[in-house]
Parts: sequence; C-alpha cells; structure tokens
Amino acid sequence: MTSLGEFAAEVGPADAGPVTCAGGRTQWSVGGALAGPVRSVRAPAGVVAHEPGEMIVRVGAGTTLAEVAAVTGAGGQFVTLEADVPDQATVGGVLACGRSGVCRLGWGPLRDSVLEVTAVTARGELIRAGAPLVKNVTGFDLCRLFVGSVGTLAFLGEVVLRCHPRPPVESWWCSEGDPAVDPFAVCAALYRPLAVLWDGRRVWVGLAGHPADVADQTRAVLDRAGSFVAVDGPPPRPEGGRRSRPPGRLAELPVLVPAGGWLAEVGVGIVHCDGAAAAALDRVVAPAAPAVAELHRRVKDHFDPGGRLNPGRTPLVRPAQVAS
Amino acid sequence: MAGLVAELRAALSPDRVRTDPLELGLYGRDASMITGQAAVVCFPQSTAEVAAVVSVCHRQGRPFVARGSGTGLAGGATPAGAVAPVVIVTTKMDRILEVDPAARLAWVEPGVLNLDLSRAVAHHGLHFAPDPSSQQSCSVGGNVANNSGGPHCLLYGVTNAHVLAVEVVLPDGTVTVLGGTDPEPDGLDLRGVFVGSEGTMGIATRIAVRLTPLPPRMATLLADFATLDDAARAVTAVIAAGIVPAALEMMDATIVEVVEAYVHAGFPTDAAAVLLVEVDGLDRGVEAATATVAGVLRGHGARAVRVAAGAAERALWWKGRKSAFGAVARIAPNYYLHDCVVPRTRLVEVLMEVGRICAERQLVLGNVFHAGDGNLHPLIVFDRREPGVLARVHEAGEAIIEACVRAGGSLSGEHGIGLEKRDAMPLVFTEADLEAQGWVRSAFDPEGLCNPEKVLPRGGSRCADLADVPEGVWI
Repeated sequence: MTSLGEFAAEVGPADAGPVTCAGGRTQWSVGGALAGPVRSVRAPAGVVAHEPGEMIVRVGAGTTLAEVAAVTGAGGQFVTLEADVPDQATVGGVLACGRSGVCRLGWGPLRDSVLEVTAVTARGELIRAGAPLVKNVTGFDLCRLFVGSVGTLAFLGEVVLRCHPRPPVESWWCSEGDPAVDPFAVCAALYRPLAVLWDGRRVWVGLAGHPADVADQTRAVLDRAGSFVAVDGPPPRPEGGRRSRPPGRLAELPVLVPAGGWLAEVGVGIVHCDGAAAAALDRVVAPAAPAVAELHRRVKDHFDPGGRLNPGRTPLVRPAQVAS
Repeated sequence: MAGLVAELRAALSPDRVRTDPLELGLYGRDASMITGQAAVVCFPQSTAEVAAVVSVCHRQGRPFVARGSGTGLAGGATPAGAVAPVVIVTTKMDRILEVDPAARLAWVEPGVLNLDLSRAVAHHGLHFAPDPSSQQSCSVGGNVANNSGGPHCLLYGVTNAHVLAVEVVLPDGTVTVLGGTDPEPDGLDLRGVFVGSEGTMGIATRIAVRLTPLPPRMATLLADFATLDDAARAVTAVIAAGIVPAALEMMDATIVEVVEAYVHAGFPTDAAAVLLVEVDGLDRGVEAATATVAGVLRGHGARAVRVAAGAAERALWWKGRKSAFGAVARIAPNYYLHDCVVPRTRLVEVLMEVGRICAERQLVLGNVFHAGDGNLHPLIVFDRREPGVLARVHEAGEAIIEACVRAGGSLSGEHGIGLEKRDAMPLVFTEADLEAQGWVRSAFDPEGLCNPEKVLPRGGSRCADLADVPEGVWI
C-alpha cells in the first residue's frame, strides 16, 4: 500500500507538471474534461482503523466504498457515502465529486460526514485539516472546502469519516400505480424518513429505525396516503445529469419537464435527469454571482497558483455572466 | 479618525455611530477575559448599511469586527490589533424575515437570538437545532461565526449542518450569497468554510437556516454515580451499545451541588457525577433506547437511574444543566471556562488528569460538559482578588489544553479559537496546515481588515500589538 509520504512524492513539487488523481473513475466526467496530457496518480488505499466507540473510520482516500462498508459493517456501523458501483468508487473520488447519496434526507449531506482530511497540495506537501473527533471547531473548515472541489485544490490522501450505528431495519416502499399519492404530503407526515423519491407518477419511500416504528409509520402514513408495495430499494436513477433545485420548487417539475425522465429527491431537491430533462432544467438555473466566481478564482490561485491539479476541471459549472 | 467617524455617520444615522468612551469600553470586550480597543461602534439596521460601513473601512484601510450578542468565550468579537477596529454590532438586525415550514427553512437576520428563533417556529413543530447554553442571549449570526454547538448537537450536528445559505458582506463591501436553498449549489462549499470562520471572512447579514422537526417523543434519563470514573466509562458504553442519544451530558459533584441549590431539581448532591441522557424519535425506538441506556448505565455502576416524569421535570433538569455557569457564582465570583475535545474513549484518563492539574494548583474545578461527543468544559472557579490566583488559573489552562492534545484531542469543540487559543494552534497543526488555512482567509480578505489577529497565529510577531491583555489570560 502506498504511504501518504509516497503519495505526496508522486504528486511532486510545484514544478512537477500537470497531474490528476484517479479513483475508480466512476464519476470521471464531473467537473469537466482534463485539458491536455496529464500524469495520473492514485491515493493510498485501505482501511487504516475503524473505531466503533469513537464512531469514526480512518481510510486511505483510494479505498473503495465496498471495503469501507465491509469493515464498518462488521462493527455494526456504516458511513453515509453512496455510489452506484461501490466496489469501484473510492472514498476520495466520491468526496471530490461531492455528490450526496440518495438517502441524504435521512443521513444528511456527504460533507457532514468528513471529520478530518490529509491532503497533498500543489506543492507536494501534506496538510491536515479537521480532527478525528466527532466534534471540533479548531481552525477553518478546509474539509468542507475540499468536498466537491473535484481535486482542484489538493488531492485527498487519507480521511476520517463519521460512522453511524446501523439501524435495526430498513424498508422501501413504492406507490406503484396509485396516482393519488402526494409525495410532499408523505414527506411532511413521515418522521425522519431515509428518502422520498418521486418521478411524477410514482413515489418511493425509504424508512429506517426500530421495527415497530417503521411498521407504525407505514400504517399511519403510507397506507393512509395511498397504495404502497414493498420494494427492494430505491429505483435506478436517470443518468443524463443531476440538477439541484430548492426543495420547495420541486412541485413545478411536471410543468417544467412534462415528458418525465427525472427522479426527484423530495425534501432535498436533487433531481436525477435524463439528457432532455437536464436541458429543460438548465433553462431555469441562474449562473453563479460574479463575487462567488471571483472567490473561486482567488481560492484556486492560493491553493494551486500554477494550475497543475486537474487542469481543465472546475467545481463551478455555471460561472458568472459578466453584467452588461 | 475624525474622517472615519464623519464618513460612518454619513453612511448610517449619526446616533448609530458611537464614540462615547463608555460605549467604546463596553464594546471593547466580549464574554472572554480579554479586553480590546474599539475605535468606533456602529449599529447598522440593514445589509445595505453593513455594506456601507464595511466599504468605508475598506476605503480607509481600517480593520473592523462584527459582533452579535458578545457571548463568545474565546475573544472572537474582541476588537484587537495595532489599529483599533470599527465594531459592527448586528443586534439591531433582529428580524425573522421568512419562515417556510414546508421547506423547513427560515431566513433570519444575524441578530435574531437563537432561542427566539426556535420559539418562533415551534408552532410549526420545528426548531433550530443548535442549542448552546447561552441560547437565550446568543445570536444566530454569532452561532454562524463560531459554528456553535450545544448539548443536542450530539445527534443533530453543530451549526454548519443547519445553515443552508448566508448572505454576506465581503471584506471589500461586496454583497453576495454563499450556499443556497438548493442542496448542491454550483461550485465550492464556500458557505461551509464561512461558517465557523469566526468573523474573519465577512459579515453575515441574512442567514437561511434549516429547521428541524421537533421529535414526537423524548425521554430524559438522570443517572448518578459514586465515581467520576464509572460515569465516564458509562458514556463510552452507551455509544458502544449502538445508541446515539440526542444529548449525553455530565456534571460532577461540584456542579451538581451548586446547580441543585439554584434550581432545586432533585439532583443527587451526594453523587460524584451525574449523567443526563436524552433519547428522542418515534415511540417504540425511544422506549427501546431508554431501556438499553438505563441498562448500560446500571451495568456501569449507576446507583440510580430516573426518567423524567414529564415535560416540566425535563425542563427543570435542562434548566439546571444550562444554568451551571451562572450557578458557580455561589462558590466564587470569577470563572474560566475551557472548551476542548478528546476522543470519548479517553474521557476517563483526561478527566483524572484535569482533576490532578487543578488540585496541584489549589484551584476549584467543576466539570459540566457534552460527554457524548468528548467535548470537555473544565470550569475553574476563582476570586481574581486573591493574590497570585490568576497565574495559577493561566498555568492550569495551559496544562489542560496540553493534556487534551496529548490524548489525541483538539483545541475547541464549539467555542472557537478567537484570540484565546490562537497561539496554541501549532500544538495541533503544522506550519503547512496553517498556511493552507491562511490561503482561504486571504482569498476572502486579501487586505486582512476583517477581524484581524484572530484564529491563525502569525509567528507570534503581532502578539505585542494586542491591547491590554489582562494578566492570566491565556492567549
């Protein structure tokens, strides 16, 4: 296994040229295409330690989600990182892309599960932010800055993630064929559901907790709302794009995208889209404000003045339009 | 200076730009033991007015410091530096602008008090989850600056998890919004790094907070232990049993005694330590967790475990817990409250060590803290009129921090770094770590005008610039 020191040496000093860091390449297009020929490095892999009593796990950023799940699962815990291909997707890759899983409503956003990060800078130096503690406000929160930065500020080498106890039961339901089910009413009536998903015709609900509570919620909320059948898990998501909308604006989706081709995370606001649905939603999304774009430029300039980390990629997909 | 005041008076109404020595003295301090020097104190009433004040400061190269209720304990709102800063007080911006119960969010101004927000949305079955002990007086803007915590952050997370978007006045006077009411705003999580930046990256003027449903059911348990050691081991055992309580608090004998005398909650005054454990959620889960927690507590030596009989008893127990810092005035007039975090599996040894550190220096120590997340609050109680006592308090504070760091802990769990712990940052971060943190700050504030001297040490070279640091203050 590569050590952190070896990983930093591979990234190399400021004059070592353009470099990218690859995980499982399961979300390789996020942040845009790499510009020109770029040397590729890999972060250390492997679970360093799972400490159930501290509710933390320390892993090399190159560790697959499947391996993390196996180790934490053996201790009755889990981390909230999700990916479609968990035996390929790595912790570092998922964090760099910054996309929370479909159970964000229940488990919170991805960024909240990162407690400590050790990363390699554009100068090839190791830096650490945060601490292996579930509560800590010591110093500026670089961990949150790195989540979703698509590897443009530093490369993640090792991270400490917060673990959660595995709930006694988890169950999934679908309102297959019942047009009367109102996803927003269902979401409001449930107490801390894992997920409420809606494609304009059907509603999927994920519940977790004590078996009797899950049964009660099913009876008191789902049975009252309409006809639900048990399913194995969430449905497949359209893969043409992922759009972020205020959760209060999701009800307008059938009007904005009448053809369907989307699956919305109710109460959260993520809309998984096919190509046409993504294009339709892009027409109602405002670009970033100029001041925000300027902050991005300055942050990048400080962290990577030579622009050698993941050249061509940017976390800011829709930059500011210059005021006319 | 006259030009500065004139420009500020032109930007705000003259009565909201204060230079009276009494007011400058008042706003030269926060709730820490550090005294600074304010040049002018401004009371803006809107985003536009904050932007106007910041623009004047930026143009004149004058540092400025935002201040909410001034309840911070680390000196984060103390005006510091060789050039006296303008203090920008947000208490007049105290409106709840919008509540959207369906989307479970509210837009508020920074001066809204934490508890006022929760009270205002309670009829929707919602609350603002961060609940610092100072929640009756601390502001949401201050919570954002410090990434504040509170007992119930064990389950619900600290402030950063409850802030969706922040409208900020950047240090050059530009107004923009960081984050958004949608879940994955485009770009870097600048919102995430702004929260907890202790006022060094701009001034929050409107905040979109996430509102959390009030739990349908709560159970609060009170367990008393014959030794501190047993209580600390019970804390770890509760977590190891797979339970994440909403809150898991510890009070030692010193604290229980003064709190009981103050609130008459029926706390066992002969106990060496008391644990207050709250579980919440749906009925059956709460019942099961209550039984599990009670079993674990008894199994770890609890002499008695009581469950609060109803809302009134629960409220009384929490009143006791949250009044502890005021109640210690029964022992002595002054206290120094520390805030550090240790891995919860090291609680026992660190508590013992903290006890030894204070005993060796003949200092009265109370412990009242968030045991579930390892967030210690050693409380040293003293009378500053006693000759030499401040030096011993100072020495003990330093030793406590070092003991926590040795045990794998961190400098602050919820109070922040401010001035108080700035120069301890090298205990937990390398030069390269601190330089990277400085990059973010410089990106937001290239001129270094926004709450200067805070959080990041600068090789100690500017320490001499600090105005009037009283003897015994650990900075």
